[in-house]
Amino acid sequence: MERDPIYMDNQATTPVDPRVIEAMVPFLGEIYGNAASRNHAFGWAAEEAVDRGRSQIAGLVGARPKEIIFTSGATESDNLAIKGVAEFYADKGNHIITAVTEHKAVLDTCQALERANLAEVTYLPVDQYGRVDVDDVKKAIQDNTVLISLMYANNEIGTLHPVRAIGKLAKERGILFHCDATQGVGKVPVNVDEDGIDLMSMSAHKIYGPKGCGALYVRSRGPRVRLRAQVHGGGHERGMRSGTLNVAGIVGFGKACELCGQELEAEAGRLISLRQRLHDGLTENLEEVYLNGHPTERIPGNLNLSFSYVEGESFLMGLNREIALSSGSACTSATLEPSYVLKALGVGEELAHTSIRFGLGRFNTEEDVDYVIRRVSEVVVRLREMSPLYEMAKEGIDLKSVQWKT
Amino acid sequence: MAYTEKVIAHFEQPRNVGSFEAEEMNVGTGVVGAPECGDVMKLQLKINPQTEVIEDAKFKTFGCGSAIASSSYVTELVKGKTVAEAFEIKNTQIVAELSLPPVKIHCSVLAEDAIKAAVADWRDQGSTKKDAA
Ligand SMILES: Cc1ncc(COP(=O)(O)O)c(C=O)c1O
Repeated sequence: MERDPIYMDNQATTPVDPRVIEAMVPFLGEIYGNAASRNHAFGWAAEEAVDRGRSQIAGLVGARPKEIIFTSGATESDNLAIKGVAEFYADKGNHIITAVTEHKAVLDTCQALERANLAEVTYLPVDQYGRVDVDDVKKAIQDNTVLISLMYANNEIGTLHPVRAIGKLAKERGILFHCDATQGVGKVPVNVDEDGIDLMSMSAHKIYGPKGCGALYVRSRGPRVRLRAQVHGGGHERGMRSGTLNVAGIVGFGKACELCGQELEAEAGRLISLRQRLHDGLTENLEEVYLNGHPTERIPGNLNLSFSYVEGESFLMGLNREIALSSGSACTSATLEPSYVLKALGVGEELAHTSIRFGLGRFNTEEDVDYVIRRVSEVVVRLREMSPLYEMAKEGIDLKSVQWKT
Repeated sequence: MAYTEKVIAHFEQPRNVGSFEAEEMNVGTGVVGAPECGDVMKLQLKINPQTEVIEDAKFKTFGCGSAIASSSYVTELVKGKTVAEAFEIKNTQIVAELSLPPVKIHCSVLAEDAIKAAVADWRDQGSTKKDAA
């Protein structure tokens, strides 16, 4: 092999930016104090670093530093937001509105609450691009609705929800709005006040920071949001999440946010042009390539395509020593079901099995894109030659009319 | 998921990929699976009508690497066998050869079904010809 593998799966996780690592290193070594130790310089140094991280994170999303509650990642933040609100506001109501394309961290949390009879949940459908209709949200609101939980951007198809309109609606109706912004923060401008968000999940490892470090934004005024803690202990993070803080992680998370803020606009422009180049190159070389998700209302680094007649896992297998991508095919998941997100968009299961997510990121170059175009085209041509479906389609057989023997 | 070396070898250099010409005589074709399920295998067997020996085999598969490897392996396995012997092939043999993990067992089942479907198709053609005669 002549070149290093290309990582183009930046919605799964991102490499840690070297500038982030540099900021973290002292806190893995000489600066080892516990940020909760109030009585000595070791603790103060750690606390100061945590405060700086908190400010950097808050700064990126227009929050106040004390509204940032550190967690182990967005999964925990989603759990804390949804369970915490459902339990705290149980007297007020138990109805939650979410959508079918949410991340499992939201969906499974909602289902757990339903099983425990702690909530009644409405799962809204989405349109062909993966967007919820604000009118549907409005219609789903009941007297006992306490929480709307909708994501900023979808992790598979990159689609952006009409967050601002949802935030406005929630405010008008006096309902709390939780937004899983794991894929949105740092990629598109997010502002908790302008977007009307009351609780927001974030994760460092999606924005070139370390894994195992995340945060939940919890609005402190207008309204002041209350939560029932899910992790009990020493009362850290204003009692909302106990546990000694991950100082090095927080320093890295903070630095990652600072860099995203500085580079957001230029980086978004660069990624959109790389994405266009990739999309154009592939559709020039190959027929029957379909876009999944919204053509423009999507995060800059996401391109999700279906390559008819080529099953996703075999596609990835053809490339996996050279290019890291991800597929919505059943064979890449443990469940043997193709992507529930694509299904919700009305993408047929046969096309869902052929879907590939290209996750462009900060360290991808134009050269990477050109290489990916070339290799993907070769693999698709080879696998189509091997595909009975391609052969049948070429013979003019309508695959939908075939009686399949399963 | 990490693939076994044999699966990779079949995937990278699949044996007997292709289709027989439509005019070719004594070919049984089995198509099993469905696009919605993510696996479709087409297996074709060219069978000597006198000896009932499978003289040639070809496949095309839409599916994961293990499905492609299972069908590739099956084409090798059946060549030279009689129809009766081919009918005896069990999916467990494919699982063992390719060391398929539990989540991929269905690929081997599909490959076994493809053999049966191809033989059935060949037999059907024989009977229609006899009926016509
Ligand atoms: C939208 C969304 N929510 C939540 C998560 C979970 O994040 P974490 O890995 O930090 O727990 C992810 C990432 O997998 C995500 O993309």
